[in-house]
Amino acid sequence: MTAGALAIEAKELTRTFGTFVAVDRITFDVRAGEVFGFLGANGAGKTTAIRMLTGLLAPSGGRATVAGHDVATQTEAVKRNIGYMSQRFSLYEDLTVAENIRLYGGIYDLSAREIRERTDRMIGRLGLAHAASTYVRSIPLGWRQKLAFSVALLHEPRVVFLDEPTSGVDPITRRQFWELIYETAAAGTTVLVTTHYMDEAEYCDRISIMVAGRIAAIGAPADVKREFGADSIDELFVQLARRDPARAKPATPERTP
Amino acid sequence: MRRILSLARAEVLHVVRDHATMAQVFMVPIIQLLVLSNAATFAIRDTPAYVVDLDRTATSRGLIRRFAASGHFKIVEQSDSQALSNEALLDGRVTMVLTIPHDFESSLVRTGVAPVQIVVNAEKGSAAGIVQSYAGRILASYSAELTSVLRPSFRAAQSLSPPPSRGSPHIDVRVRSWYNPTLDYRDYMVPGILVSLVTLIGTLLTSQNIAREKELGTLEQLNVTPITRGQFIAGKLLPFWALALIDFGIGLTVGWLVFDIPMRGSLVLLFGVAAIYLVVALAIGLWISALVETQQQAMFVTFFVMMVYLLMSGLFTPVDSMPRWVQLLSEFTPVRHFVQISRAILVKGAGLAEIARPLVILVVYAAVMLTLAVRQYSKRTA
Amino acid sequence: MSALLGLLRKEAYHIRRDRRTLAVLIFMPVVQVILFGFAIRTDVENVRLAIVDPAPDHATLALRNRFAATDNFRLTAVVPRVEELEGLFQRGTVQQAIVFAPGFADRIARGLPARVLIITDATEPNTGSAAQGYALTVIQTYERDLIAQQKTASAAGANVRIVLAVRMRFNPTRESSNLFVPGLMAFILTVISALMTAISLTREKETGTLEALLVSPLKPWQIIVGKVLPYLAVGFVSVLLVILEARLIFDVPLRGSLFLLLAEGLLFILVSLSLGILISSRTSSQRVAMMGAMIGTMLPTMLLSGFIFPIESMPLPLQIVTNVVPARWFVEIARSIMLKGVGLAYLWQETLVLAGMAVVLLVASTRSFSERLA
Repeated sequence: MTAGALAIEAKELTRTFGTFVAVDRITFDVRAGEVFGFLGANGAGKTTAIRMLTGLLAPSGGRATVAGHDVATQTEAVKRNIGYMSQRFSLYEDLTVAENIRLYGGIYDLSAREIRERTDRMIGRLGLAHAASTYVRSIPLGWRQKLAFSVALLHEPRVVFLDEPTSGVDPITRRQFWELIYETAAAGTTVLVTTHYMDEAEYCDRISIMVAGRIAAIGAPADVKREFGADSIDELFVQLARRDPARAKPATPERTP
Repeated sequence: MRRILSLARAEVLHVVRDHATMAQVFMVPIIQLLVLSNAATFAIRDTPAYVVDLDRTATSRGLIRRFAASGHFKIVEQSDSQALSNEALLDGRVTMVLTIPHDFESSLVRTGVAPVQIVVNAEKGSAAGIVQSYAGRILASYSAELTSVLRPSFRAAQSLSPPPSRGSPHIDVRVRSWYNPTLDYRDYMVPGILVSLVTLIGTLLTSQNIAREKELGTLEQLNVTPITRGQFIAGKLLPFWALALIDFGIGLTVGWLVFDIPMRGSLVLLFGVAAIYLVVALAIGLWISALVETQQQAMFVTFFVMMVYLLMSGLFTPVDSMPRWVQLLSEFTPVRHFVQISRAILVKGAGLAEIARPLVILVVYAAVMLTLAVRQYSKRTA
Repeated sequence: MSALLGLLRKEAYHIRRDRRTLAVLIFMPVVQVILFGFAIRTDVENVRLAIVDPAPDHATLALRNRFAATDNFRLTAVVPRVEELEGLFQRGTVQQAIVFAPGFADRIARGLPARVLIITDATEPNTGSAAQGYALTVIQTYERDLIAQQKTASAAGANVRIVLAVRMRFNPTRESSNLFVPGLMAFILTVISALMTAISLTREKETGTLEALLVSPLKPWQIIVGKVLPYLAVGFVSVLLVILEARLIFDVPLRGSLFLLLAEGLLFILVSLSLGILISSRTSSQRVAMMGAMIGTMLPTMLLSGFIFPIESMPLPLQIVTNVVPARWFVEIARSIMLKGVGLAYLWQETLVLAGMAVVLLVASTRSFSERLA
């Protein structure tokens, strides 16, 4: 994929649950090799949008392509080209590190040799060599998250979606995690990441802030701050979130089935 | 294929590492087989009986002895009070009361005919009928014996004319009980219990499976991979299929070693049918699992389906005894067909030709259930 | 006390909100009673009969006609040779065969024994015995009629005959439903009470909401009462439904007191609920609780309570084991009240056993519950 080509392109993408509009006609695009920050308060519609882009949820309206494939009609082609790390830890806790990698390697149709090579490389890079045959349930949260990220990258996808990858992780591990993200982007993989840490938002090439199902701001962190006259992303976030009429009422659920 | 195998291997590891599941798969069937085979019997022996002998003669005592010696009855109490016997029947100490009238012997000698009365507690339905037929047979053979003892004068008179066997029409009836000459309930039950065990284990495990991954969130990770629905179902089904076949083998071995159940037909054929049948049972489990959201729901639906399946399958009570409409309904029970087949193969020694009809039904069922399971599992929320 | 009421209300909400489970709880008993009331039967009717008659004559035809005229038999095959029977038996097209020897009428006329062979599929022993009994009766009646025809005047009563007078008590028509419906009641109550409580308590453990209840000022017994009372109510409603169905659909008599039956039912529900609590206090995941409830309560209720299989027929060790199965006692009580119409005077022992179990299990489960969690 050439630099500057679009990795993700969404036009008027919409999702409703009954009368509730979770994602309301969002339009944005992400360039290949970009680290794109996907911000928003709980219940703003981030996860719903990601679930549509990864083909887990059918859109109610609009269209979107990921790695050049339509998410509504070419779901399986999309899935071959993406990696996904969900909010909930989703590796098998009763399998070892190596077994988890092997499982997903097999599912992505890698050959036995490829799986072996990539497993070694990944475990080496994560510093998990001593723990390759430990059960995932007994390794610390920070490492688990890094492992989940690596497994999402195992088949060398063109786009990777990270849904709050660093929540509950200590600051040192968070920093290491972002180093991994940068390495990935440098290797040409597009990264779409959601987070509640505003300092992390500053690390992104570009960010979008969702409020009540819509994109309220989008652009490079510096540009967005300038546009709204805010000193920090944190300030900007609070300023935008206050506009949300729904914030006055009890919060809507973050994850709607 | 590599995808299916990867998924299947992970599934095997899940099962092997979960001790509760392992126990469930290997210990429970054996224990159940041992308990069930002994408990699941309608055999009627040692029916507790109360005897009211008002005659107290050699003839009446002879009759009581015949009852006691038959093996079908156990005479637990004896008196000449009808009130006491009624009491015993009411509080459940005895199931049958035999009453011999005071003129039993004299009536037999004078007229050749005498009544006795049995009162049966018919609470237990058809068992009462069997008790009655046992009593009838004892009386018939005792009558025959008495003919020569009680009426020798008659015999003597007859012997002047042609022998008695000449003039009177006589039908010589012989009775053969094929396939189970010793009337052992275990020969009948064990093949059926084997079927129910693999069905229960297989369906319960698979029905929990996808529901559990939904609850854990691991299913979503699989859903963003390019694995197809068919591959997914195949990968989930394969390990449990192998496991259930192993279970079936273990059960069969226990049945053979412990209960010495007959194995008249081909074991290869039996395992072949089991392989097809298990696809049905496991696909039903996976279908339920894809249908529900939580393990709890999965469990309830499975229980309900299994109860209906097992009780209507002819496992415990013969399908032939059910009313027509229930018999028709039971055609839709895969368990029924496999129970029928395994009894036919093991007990009766049937071959492929004799089990063709139920086998075809099972194959169709397997195709339908697999399709349903694959279609019910959706990688995407609509 | 108001805390307890609050808990009760919460539990009632849970049950009401979870429509699917509630539907299962209410409809399962209704459907089960209908289905099993009809399906679980052991009556032997319409025995599929094959006739093997290599040389038909007037006597074999007469006897065949008698078989055809009986309600107990359905003629499904007539074959010339015995060898062809095996396949029919294996397919299940035939359950019993009557095989006539050649020269049947001729031998009868000459006073020689005429031979008939009854071959029965005895795979299911009782069905086999019953079918043999039917066939013997038909043949013996025929023989007796022949004798009567031939010796109208001379030597009547050459043979000694003991006539059997039979009275079937408590269930004179031997309806299977009369037998099984009271047992079904025990089964359904076990499922609802033991299984539901075990699962619902374990779920609270898994989701962590039980901890929140435990740090509240509620005492363990109050939590248990709060969790259990709603299920007690649901169980009670099911008992009523089942009794109603038994009356309306199956005509199962209720000869004894309805009040006594309901009271005993309540006692049995209490025992099952305590079992459920005991199971849940010893397990940590819903899966294990479910397995425990199934192996610990459902299977024994189905197999060792006398619900389907008569306890007298089991080997002695198993008969002894049945004594600890609560359902065994309840099945006996329910059958006695409904079919025999007896009262407490006859049932006090069984009732005492159930009450004893209730006390022991309640104490054990409350203690186990508070030990494990508090």
